[in-house]
Amino acid sequence: MGLAVVLALLVVPEDADQGVSQRIFYIHVPIALTAYFCFGLGAWKALRLLWTREEHFDLESYVAVHQGTIFGALTLLTGSIWAKASWNVWWTWSSRQLVLFLVLFLFYCAYFMLRYSIEEGARRARSSAVYALFGVVLIPISFLAIRLAQDFVHPVVFNISGPQMSASMFATFCVSWAAVTLLAYVLYRVELLGKRVDADLRELRETLERPRPSVPRLDEQMPTGVGS
Amino acid sequence: MSQGDYVAAAYAVVLVVVLAYVAIIAAKLTRLQRQVSDLVELARRRR
Repeated sequence: MGLAVVLALLVVPEDADQGVSQRIFYIHVPIALTAYFCFGLGAWKALRLLWTREEHFDLESYVAVHQGTIFGALTLLTGSIWAKASWNVWWTWSSRQLVLFLVLFLFYCAYFMLRYSIEEGARRARSSAVYALFGVVLIPISFLAIRLAQDFVHPVVFNISGPQMSASMFATFCVSWAAVTLLAYVLYRVELLGKRVDADLRELRETLERPRPSVPRLDEQMPTGVGS
Repeated sequence: MSQGDYVAAAYAVVLVVVLAYVAIIAAKLTRLQRQVSDLVELARRRR
């Protein structure tokens, strides 16, 4: 991550059109792509849950959606700062990609409201999985919106003919993307581990706090006279 | 604000959010560690 920041801020040349504000691209786009990936992963785990009924996919789907929401919030924040620097507005409703990303983000925010309004158990897992799967439809729409719509507010950097930037800019972008993906993966594993340990500890506590069944002593089990 | 300030702000926002997330995870791990100690104590008493 440190290398990515050094490359993006100090090494890579300035963009001829946007100037220094274009450096936000190296953090904004990898974060947005990671958010899409996390939402997609959440939907994939949800599908596996519905398919196999294996409980562990519920937690994996939840953690992926949670990560996606955090990276989604960061996408909106960094995008808003970039918009202010480039267009002199914090937000514009005229760009369909921005609006669709906001819709995707709010959709997954509502996932948590749904999840915590249902009592823990198989029903909650199934409902959350179905909701996470519905949201995945918004990902390609949001991603392709700028290409499908005649919208020239939000820049298109990657098109059919490849990345519209120099080799050093593209290399920096790839390093940043790898760094953000690695960060997301580490955070995903740590959060998942924490949730699993939490669930195991809860179960262990319930087991330990349950009163032990009274086991009759050995001499009480012996019929009178036996062994004398 | 200059363009450079906006760039610094964007990177700072990411850093702050990631640090806050790590702090929350660290607090949770501390709580889990305390719970493990409690459960070890509970298991010892039941022996």
